[in-house]
Amino acid sequence: MANSLPALLAPRETLIQAGAVDYLILSIYFAFVLGIGFLARRQVSDSIDFFLSGRSLPAWVTGLAFISANLGAVEIMGMSATGAQIGIPTVHYFWVGAIPAMLFLGVVMMPFYYGSKVRSVPEFMLRRFGKPAHLVNAISFAVAQLLIAGVNLYLLGSIVHALLGWPMWVTLIVAAAIVLSYITLGGLSAAIYNEVLQFFVIVASLLPLTLIGLHRLGGWSGLEAKITAAAASAPPAAKVAPAAEQLHSWPGQALSGFDSPILSVVGIVFGLGFVLSFGYWTTNFVEVQRAMASDSISAARKTPIIGAFPKMFVPFLTIVPGMMAAVLVSEIGQLKNGGTPAGGSSGNGVTFNDSLLLLMRDVLPNGLLGLAITGLLAAFMAGMAANISAFNTVFSYDIWQEYVVKNRDDGYYLGVGRLATVAATLIAIFTASIAGGFSNVMDYLQTLFGFFNAPLFATFILGMFWKRMTPHAGWAGLVSGTLAAIGLWVASKFGGAFTLPGQGLAFVCASTAFIVDVAVSVAVTMFTRPKPASELVGLVYSETPVADRTDPLEHTYPWYRRTVPLALVALVMVIALNIAF
Amino acid sequence: MSSTNTTGTAKHKAGAFDIRNIIGLLLAIYGVILLLMGLFGDQARDRTGGVNANLWAGIVLLVVGGLFMLWARLKPILVPEHVEHDGDDADGHGHQTHGGGRPAH
Repeated sequence: MANSLPALLAPRETLIQAGAVDYLILSIYFAFVLGIGFLARRQVSDSIDFFLSGRSLPAWVTGLAFISANLGAVEIMGMSATGAQIGIPTVHYFWVGAIPAMLFLGVVMMPFYYGSKVRSVPEFMLRRFGKPAHLVNAISFAVAQLLIAGVNLYLLGSIVHALLGWPMWVTLIVAAAIVLSYITLGGLSAAIYNEVLQFFVIVASLLPLTLIGLHRLGGWSGLEAKITAAAASAPPAAKVAPAAEQLHSWPGQALSGFDSPILSVVGIVFGLGFVLSFGYWTTNFVEVQRAMASDSISAARKTPIIGAFPKMFVPFLTIVPGMMAAVLVSEIGQLKNGGTPAGGSSGNGVTFNDSLLLLMRDVLPNGLLGLAITGLLAAFMAGMAANISAFNTVFSYDIWQEYVVKNRDDGYYLGVGRLATVAATLIAIFTASIAGGFSNVMDYLQTLFGFFNAPLFATFILGMFWKRMTPHAGWAGLVSGTLAAIGLWVASKFGGAFTLPGQGLAFVCASTAFIVDVAVSVAVTMFTRPKPASELVGLVYSETPVADRTDPLEHTYPWYRRTVPLALVALVMVIALNIAF
Repeated sequence: MSSTNTTGTAKHKAGAFDIRNIIGLLLAIYGVILLLMGLFGDQARDRTGGVNANLWAGIVLLVVGGLFMLWARLKPILVPEHVEHDGDDADGHGHQTHGGGRPAH
């Protein structure tokens, strides 16, 4: 680092030319967010409030926050990157890989979470399976949060880089400092408010982006024609998927990486639709916490279901812009044809992760551009802050309080939490460099979910419905499932045992983790002693009285405010979308 | 917010802190800025394919922001004088709480 700091920060050629009005829009947003945070913070009284902000919010607010908490790195950049690369089949992440699991979470699983009032997944593990499973899960959850925080930080840094042109390592440190001040200034104590605001800002910027892009291409048929022409003229070496595969959701070979259409459908439905997606949505407490802040069991159950409605239309705001970038933005077009255009948000060459930013540069006038930048920065910042706070909860309560320093007052653990926040932010700067090594962050994220969430889901679902499952089976299943997935991934990546393009490897790893976890859990249960039924009330379906998992007022609501009818409407709509595309 | 347990039947409107007012205000401010940009700023019609995108987005944002504030005005949220922190332990799962039961809705 021979350069002096002023030389590094000197003005230089930037990817995006933001004007004064764009920075004005950005500063108004942060004034709002920090203002609400400041007001909310004055009311924080103890740790329960700190993490769940009370149980007082209506279902539409928690439902939008639920979606918004997830509308960060994964959705916006990952989905547009994958959309640019393979087109329509990316929608499976939503219509197969999210909606069914969200409905299942609302209808079946939420009553347990809300009723047992656990603050985190590890806490549920502790009460259902005891300490060994709890410790294993707490550590793996904490590690996963640090790795995912790195993805958010990397994307946040790449936007700062695109705006200011600073070197990547400087922007990563600056971005980490921004997130840390957001958390310390109270931004997170109003997380749910911010997430709802952020949802509207993102929609307000991505919707015009999609509409203007379609206008320039001559509508949907124009987009289809351009993609067909581009696929026909692509050099064979670039392995661009044929236009028919890019423009139809099924059988989705471009996504799964299988040549056979039947295997592809099985891979998507079981690997993505069942294991990865149920694993992600039903055990991801960054999102589940949003539902815990609602005002009744009924509202908690409706939270993911209300979230499912906007969720099913998010592809039109993320994947479609990605597809448009591949035909409107010359750099992405070259990249797709196997070229290596220079520049990009990281400064080390354009990647698919840049699709959305480059489309914004080419399509949006200043003003709307500022709104778009605000939405993206807000999403990544809130996403990373949510990961860091989840890490903080698990580290201070599940690891530190349970195994290291016990029986101290609440203030002590809040202090530990603050230190954990700073440490996690520093570690995220390093995990961000790992994320930067993947040309499409979606591949990386799905791999992580396969390692951590798939076995967790297997243990959860067995533990909830099979009362005989023993404490030893709990931890043994988790450990062996995770190790099996990691082993398979290493064998493919480094051992050269087999290769799968697209995200097929992540699907296979996740499915393996699930099957190994179930097999080991069943085997271990046969040889160890189950917990007495009296300790399983509220944790296992058959041992929980019906009154504990239903809302006494539910039947008095009109149908559109009841959980199951709403879920059915969502299901019918998502099936219709699958048929239409 | 205090955790002293009063009878807590008195209620007041959420007013400015109603999330619908905050959403409405933010969207309306953005609407005004974009509207002004559309009228007086660089319209960048080469990028948008000939549409005054800022103007249209500004109008839509103003309308949506206004609707949120109208909704908050028409159906105000009532906040109980005493807000529970972690009540809802009627089913007795053994969590120590300081709040007691929740007000019935």
